[in-house]
Amino acid sequence: MFGNGRKKNGANPGAGNGDLIDLEGIRKVYDTGAIKVEALRGVDLTVKENEFLAIVGPSGSGKSTLMNIIGCLDTATDGSYRLKGEQVGGLSIDRLAEIRNKRVGFVFQNFNLLPQLTAFENVEMPLLFKGTQARQRRERVEFLFEQVGLSDRMLHRPVELSGGQMQRVAIARALACEPDIILADEPTGNLDTTSGRDIVGMFEELWHKGHTLVLITHDAALAGRTKRVVHVQDGAVVSDEAVA
Amino acid sequence: MLTFRLIVRLFHSAAKIQRKRMILTVTAIAWGTIAIILLLSFGEGLKRSMDQGRRGLGDSLVILWMGETEKAYAGLPAGRPIRLVPDDVELVLKSVPEIASASGEMHNWNVQLVNDRKALNKRVVGVHPAYGELRTSYPQPGGRYIDELDQRLKRRVVFLGNELAKDLFGTEDVVGKTLLVADMPFTVIGVIQKKRQMGMYGGPDSDRATIPLSTFEAMFGRRYLSNFVYKPVSTEIAPVAKRRLMEVLGAKYRFDSADTRALHFWDTIENTKVFSKMMIGIEIFLGVIGALTMIIGGVGVANIMFAAVTHRTREIGVQMALGARRVYITGALVLESLALTFLGGIFGIGVGAAIVQVLAAVQARAKSEAMEFLGQPTISIPIAVTTVILLGLIGLVAGYFPARRAVSVEPAAALRYE
Repeated sequence: MFGNGRKKNGANPGAGNGDLIDLEGIRKVYDTGAIKVEALRGVDLTVKENEFLAIVGPSGSGKSTLMNIIGCLDTATDGSYRLKGEQVGGLSIDRLAEIRNKRVGFVFQNFNLLPQLTAFENVEMPLLFKGTQARQRRERVEFLFEQVGLSDRMLHRPVELSGGQMQRVAIARALACEPDIILADEPTGNLDTTSGRDIVGMFEELWHKGHTLVLITHDAALAGRTKRVVHVQDGAVVSDEAVA
Repeated sequence: MLTFRLIVRLFHSAAKIQRKRMILTVTAIAWGTIAIILLLSFGEGLKRSMDQGRRGLGDSLVILWMGETEKAYAGLPAGRPIRLVPDDVELVLKSVPEIASASGEMHNWNVQLVNDRKALNKRVVGVHPAYGELRTSYPQPGGRYIDELDQRLKRRVVFLGNELAKDLFGTEDVVGKTLLVADMPFTVIGVIQKKRQMGMYGGPDSDRATIPLSTFEAMFGRRYLSNFVYKPVSTEIAPVAKRRLMEVLGAKYRFDSADTRALHFWDTIENTKVFSKMMIGIEIFLGVIGALTMIIGGVGVANIMFAAVTHRTREIGVQMALGARRVYITGALVLESLALTFLGGIFGIGVGAAIVQVLAAVQARAKSEAMEFLGQPTISIPIAVTTVILLGLIGLVAGYFPARRAVSVEPAAALRYE
């Protein structure tokens, strides 16, 4: 459904051990001046290509912080993070932007579509940042809308779309630059049951096509649909098990 | 190029600032622009008016009066008076090539002028023909200045100041009329064009009668000049001209050419330099006041941009998450700030220029001397360029700091922002 999937990334020259995500001893301390909050207390986690895993935990457990660090939206206070073999710590702000642009696709709970842009323009944005030429951009965006089944909604603004449709636009946007991983933060949290099921179905399909997906959720049912569940509590991984 | 196109695109797609706030901000910038344009235009008008007044005396003119020696020289004691005669003008012109033009001048400050209408006691001046050009004393249409023939033939012709002509005849249209100067009949050959004269010695040119120097000498039995005026070939070689003149006259009258008391100089070239420095000072002062007013407008722009950045934190966070480099975000914000600033600037320049036009028209009709002295407000190219550069700087600064704040936030924090 989503094109040629990830097979072309099978050969992975950058990574010595073949891990896509390799977190070692990750700590994150929020220093608000008066008090220091340790959100992550030494997390070790590896994710291989074409895994489909959920990071679960109660609110305040540190799972969102973990997602931010995996997605290069935030940097770890301590520890080492290698994304596809590349050490992320200490990279420049613009290099991190480039990594987010080319390697990570984000799907947020509240969609985070830009309201003043059309659905088409929202999906086009990461391609603009990548520097893709106008014609290829148009082709790619049209193709993605076809894939998520919203070709007739391309020129609508987000407010004119339903929640499920908005999340599908967001998924199209996440896929725009053919990322190595898709990070989804409570992707069904703002959706009704039917739309939620729809979105989960879409993730499964992406996984079958060879994509690597990391879901952050506290919804046990959603976690149960993945292949591996990592429990986070009080800033540490407490269990990591494959789903039968 | 690609980066720039992308910035323009992001600028276009950014959530727009509330209309009311935008109008207020643009108005503030427009107001600042009007202020700077008016101030600088008045400065320019004042400068031109003062410049014109300064030229009323003469352009690049040097005037010298007779003095006394201060140093003993060649066996002669100090304290000898040095007195120049009309022939010295020819001597100086012949021996000092650095001097372009010169004239002697004799004054009689209390001569009776009589016609069939009135009798007045006024100053009469005898001069060489070059004097008219040197002292910017141009005749009104229909008249002429004293010429070589008048000088050679000691003609009884008189050139009148415009105020004096009006006083004597009740009109300035007096060419060809007869006037008794110290009981001798003279023919009026011309009346001076009205001019604004700031520097003067021996009264304004508008209130005196001028006759050929040769006629003056014969009538009043004078030998010595009251003073001597000359103009160097160029302002750059004025010091050389002055030194050579001192050497030539020093040789003739036997005084040390370094004796500063032998002859007294009024060097209007030096005055001009001082004057133009002073005018630059005034213009800077006015410009600074205008710029400060404009900066207040700039603070308004910075404020609205800070508000916009705060308002769009999430939007900026999303763009960063999607891989926007910092320059895209800062560039779009600076562009927005510049757009606001220049929008205000365009209004300000338009309104300011219109006000200047109206004021200039009012000033042209006003009769008051104060208004005349103030001059016509004038917009010049440098004023326009200064204004645009200032607008650009203000727009850049007003956009840069909010933009820097926008990209200083971690994307994760920006995305969390409610």
